[in-house]
Amino acid sequence: MTTRRFWVFIEQEEGKVHPVSWELLGVARMLASQVAAEAAAAGDVVAVEGVLLGDNVAHIAQEALYYGADRVYLFDDPVFAYYRNCPYYQTLATVSRKYSPEVFLIGATTLGRDLAGAVATSLHTGLTADCTGLEMGEVKGSVQRLLLATRPAFGGNIMATILCRSERPQMSSVRPRVFPMPERNPNAQGEIVREEVEATEESAMACVLEFIHSKGESVNIEYADVIVSGGRGLGTPDGLKLLQELADELGGVVGASRPLIDSGWISYAHQVGQSGRTVRPKLYIAAGISGALQHKVGMQNSDFIIAINSDPKAPIFDVADVGIVGDLYQVIPELLKQIRALKEATA
Amino acid sequence: MFHALVAVKQVPDTTNIRIDPDTGNLVREGVPAIMNPYDAHALAEAVRWKRQLGGKVTVVSMGPPSFISTLREAVELGADRGVLLTDRKFAGADTLATSYVLAETIKAIHEQDPIHLVFFGKQAIDGDTAQVGPGVAVRMGLPIVTYAVKIREVNLEEGRAVIERKTERWTEVVETSLPVLLTCEKEIAEIPFAPLPDLIRSLRYDPEMWTLEGPCPFALDQIGVKGSPTIVYKMGTPPLPQPGEKINARETGVEEAVKFALDKAAKAGIVQVILGGAR
Repeated sequence: MTTRRFWVFIEQEEGKVHPVSWELLGVARMLASQVAAEAAAAGDVVAVEGVLLGDNVAHIAQEALYYGADRVYLFDDPVFAYYRNCPYYQTLATVSRKYSPEVFLIGATTLGRDLAGAVATSLHTGLTADCTGLEMGEVKGSVQRLLLATRPAFGGNIMATILCRSERPQMSSVRPRVFPMPERNPNAQGEIVREEVEATEESAMACVLEFIHSKGESVNIEYADVIVSGGRGLGTPDGLKLLQELADELGGVVGASRPLIDSGWISYAHQVGQSGRTVRPKLYIAAGISGALQHKVGMQNSDFIIAINSDPKAPIFDVADVGIVGDLYQVIPELLKQIRALKEATA
Repeated sequence: MFHALVAVKQVPDTTNIRIDPDTGNLVREGVPAIMNPYDAHALAEAVRWKRQLGGKVTVVSMGPPSFISTLREAVELGADRGVLLTDRKFAGADTLATSYVLAETIKAIHEQDPIHLVFFGKQAIDGDTAQVGPGVAVRMGLPIVTYAVKIREVNLEEGRAVIERKTERWTEVVETSLPVLLTCEKEIAEIPFAPLPDLIRSLRYDPEMWTLEGPCPFALDQIGVKGSPTIVYKMGTPPLPQPGEKINARETGVEEAVKFALDKAAKAGIVQVILGGAR
C-alpha cells in the first residue's frame, strides 16, 4: 500500500497566510478525488497535505486542516522568520525527497515564483507555470492518471496542456483567484507533523537588511469585491479619475488593461490580465477596454461583468454579462447617478 | 576586474505569433524578433556598473543562429563579449533543460574569467514562466535575488552586494555574497542610447558560437527534448464563453441603457454589492 500525496505549499509572511494556499488546498482535494477510484482499486491511499514554513506559525497549520489538508508538515524555526530563497527551497526539496509527493502545487505569487523554479530544479522535475486548469487525467501509456496542467500560451491565444510523464513530483504554480476558495470546516480533523529543521542562518546566503513598506500604493486588486477597469478607450489619463469615483462609490478599486500601464498612466499593481493580475471580483466593470485575450484571461471568472465600449464589435462583450454600447464618459456619470439614487432609495 | 554576465533571450515581437500545429512549438520564422525587454533593462544595469567600476560584460543566449542579431544588439548596448549556444540538439528544451545548458555555460565562463553578477530578466515575454533564472541559481549554487529593482552597492573587495527587490507586499533591501544571480524588473535601469563606438562595433560583431562540439561539455541526456521532463500534451483554443446581453445606448439613450444594466445586475444578485459600497 502506498500513499499518493497531493501537496500544497502553504504560503505565509509575518504569520499571515496568503489565501492562494487555501485555494490550492481546494484544488488538491479535487485532484485527489479524481484518483480515488483508481487508488482504491490498487489498494492505495490518497492524501491532501500541506507544507508550512515559518516562525511560530502552528496556528496556520491548524487552519490548513480546516481548509482541507489531511496532514501538514510544519517547519517552525526562526530561520524561516521571513522568506529567503535558499533555506526555503532546500527545505522543500528535502521534505519532498522524504515523502515523495505525486503532485506539488505552489501559488504563483512573487514569493511562490521565486521558490517554485528553484524547488523543481533541485528535484530535477517538471514545473508548469501559471496554470488555469488542472486535472488528473488518463494518458495513454501511463498506468496511473497524470496531472494535466493547462495554461494560456502566447498571449492567451492558445491553451497548452503540459504533462510530466516520469519525474516526480508533478509541479504546477497557480495564480491567486484562478480557483475558488474552498469552504472552511472548523470541525475538520487532521494531523500536524513537526519536522526537524536543518536550514541554518549561515546557509541562507542572503539577509534582508530592511523592509520598505510603500506608502499609498497598496492596492490589493486580486481580492477586491468590485473592480472598475479602464483601457485605451479612456483616451486621457484624466479618465481614471472618473473610474476612481465610481470605484469609491462601490467600495472597489481601479484596474487597468496593459496599454495604460505601458503608457505610464497607472502602476503595474493595477494591471488585470495575463501579464498582470488574475481577478474574480463579485462585480467587474470594464470601461473602454476592447478585450484582448490577454486581458480576458485575467478577469473572465468574475461573478458579474459589465462592459462599456463605443465599439459594438469589441470582444470584451463576449465575456460580459451585460454590455453597454456607448460613450463611457456619458455612461459612467449616469451609472454614478443611478447607483446614488438606488442607495438613497434603500437608505 | 569586475565581470557581469547577462543571459538574454530573443523573443517574438507583438502578439502576432504562430504555432506549429504538429509540434506545438513556436514558429519563429517570419515574426519580428526583439531582445526580451526585461533582459535589455538587465543588460543596461550591467553596463552601467561596468562603466562605474571598469571591467566587462559578457552576454549569453541559447537559440538558433538568427539570435546573432540579438547578441549584436547587446554589443550595441555596451556588452563586450557575446556567446551564442546554438545546436539543433539544444532545441525543444523546457525550463529545466534550458537552465542546465545556461548554468554549464556560465560555469565555464566563470572559470575563464570570474563573474561577480549574473543578470536575468524577471521573465521572458513569450513564455512568462520566470523559472530559468532560479533554476540556474540552484544549479550554480548561487544566491538569487528575484524582482530586483535597484543595485545599491557592489563591493568587489568584500565580495558582497546590496540589492533592492520588490515583492507584492514590500520592497526588501537584501545583502548577499558575490557572485549573485539577479532577475530584473524594467525599473532596474533605463536603456541608454548607444555610444557611437559601440554602435559601430556591433555592426561587425560576430559572437562566439558554442555547440555540442565545444568548448563546453554538455551531457546529452540533460539537453533539448531528452533533458526536458515536461511535454506539451495538447494545444487548443480557449473555450468560448456565453456572451451576455448587449444594449446600445445610442439607440435607447444612456439613462435607459444604464437602467437595463443595473436591472440585470440586480437579477444576478449583485445589488447588495452595489449598495454595500462606501458612500
